Amino acid sequence: MNRFAYREAQTVQEAVEMMRQEEGARIVAGATDVFIRWRQGVWKPRYVLNIKRIPGLDEVSYRPDTGLSLGTLVTVRTLERHPLIQEHYPALAQAATAFAGVQIRNLATVGGNVCNASPAGDTLPALLAYGAECRIVGAAGERLLPLEQFFLGPGHTALQPAELLVALRLPPPLPRTGALYVKHSPRSTMDIATVGVASVVSLAAQHDVCQEVKITLGAVAPTVVRAAAAEAVLRGQPVDAERIRQAAHAAVQAARPLDDIRGSAAHRRTVVIPLVQRTLHYAVQMAQGADLPFRMQRGLAVEAVF
Amino acid sequence: MQHPVSLTINGEPYTLLVEPYCSLLDMLRDQLQLTGTKKGCDEGDCGACTVLINGKTVTACMVLALDARDQDITTVEGLRQGNTLHPVQAAFVQYGGVQCGFCTPGLIMSGVGLLLENPQPTEEEVRFAIGGNLCRCTGYSKVVQAILKAAETMQAQAS
Repeated sequence: MNRFAYREAQTVQEAVEMMRQEEGARIVAGATDVFIRWRQGVWKPRYVLNIKRIPGLDEVSYRPDTGLSLGTLVTVRTLERHPLIQEHYPALAQAATAFAGVQIRNLATVGGNVCNASPAGDTLPALLAYGAECRIVGAAGERLLPLEQFFLGPGHTALQPAELLVALRLPPPLPRTGALYVKHSPRSTMDIATVGVASVVSLAAQHDVCQEVKITLGAVAPTVVRAAAAEAVLRGQPVDAERIRQAAHAAVQAARPLDDIRGSAAHRRTVVIPLVQRTLHYAVQMAQGADLPFRMQRGLAVEAVF
Repeated sequence: MQHPVSLTINGEPYTLLVEPYCSLLDMLRDQLQLTGTKKGCDEGDCGACTVLINGKTVTACMVLALDARDQDITTVEGLRQGNTLHPVQAAFVQYGGVQCGFCTPGLIMSGVGLLLENPQPTEEEVRFAIGGNLCRCTGYSKVVQAILKAAETMQAQAS
């Protein structure tokens, strides 16, 4: 086991400068991935760079005209409990409740979950479905990158050396929008998704025509992915049970799953269909104004054997 | 290279020298002999090492000891008031929430953390809050009863 050194940055610029001057960094905030991966001998950082004390990176702000800004250090527990996130981005709060256990949610950060780039990361389908954009700072300055272009493969991101993800921005939801995340896993807590699905549906002002829809799948491809063919079935069309069923079947086209300990590729493909169907069903109901308290949404967000 | 870390543990200030890769769990157990906090999986899966940082439950095996700088840590050893057990501890004894005992400190800390946030939880909320703690003996029912009873006791004491 290698013995890493410890650095701590007080500002974003200082963190970028440290990474520029010295290779071999692993950024830590909650450390829930890095510390365990190091202990397992998978990651061998020369040093860990702790960004948790950088002021301002743990802020949540929401404005109806600009949407939500999440500092990279916002904890998963905050995503779960924040009233404005529950109200305006419910699939993100639902996904947070399905994430590990309370102890890990109190440590783990949204930026860490994004940068870890696991295809099964619980916050990722919801962030992608809400159209999140990454604010990235490097030596040359700041850039914005859609989250959809951020994931390159399992554990691989578009971050360049000496770049730091500092915030995620989610545009404001359209009026008459509903959303649901469902995680299918063997255990109801402390497990990794076998399949995760998030759907965000916006209905037109009059009539139940689907104005906009995003359907995202986790744990069925090398990265979280959008189910574009399924979205195309619904976009601009009146939504009813039959069209939702067609969309759910079309969603399988986006799945390129592997066999692993949590399920076979065939099982994953099969599970995508009812999960997409269910997320769309409830998202439409919520968009129509159905009163679905967050406690019930939380119950819907996990489908587990135990 | 060892670095100094100053923090508060169970109300007492400490300054210790630790390696960058030392966990809060190892620091508590090996340097301070606070062995009430258990090391089960050392991977964040079992919850046996649950402690409170600033009143919030965390798995101590996942926390860099150096990152605990200036924080307020509570371990199971810090719960009792003099010779009186914390109501959650007392309820675990009364309701048989303890069998082999290895998961017990972690479960108690999760119960204490829940009641700090939500003094009147429902049974569903208790089960949700202890989802990150593995117990292979009790089947959880008595643990859940104990935490619900402790909530009642603490409400009665507060009023």
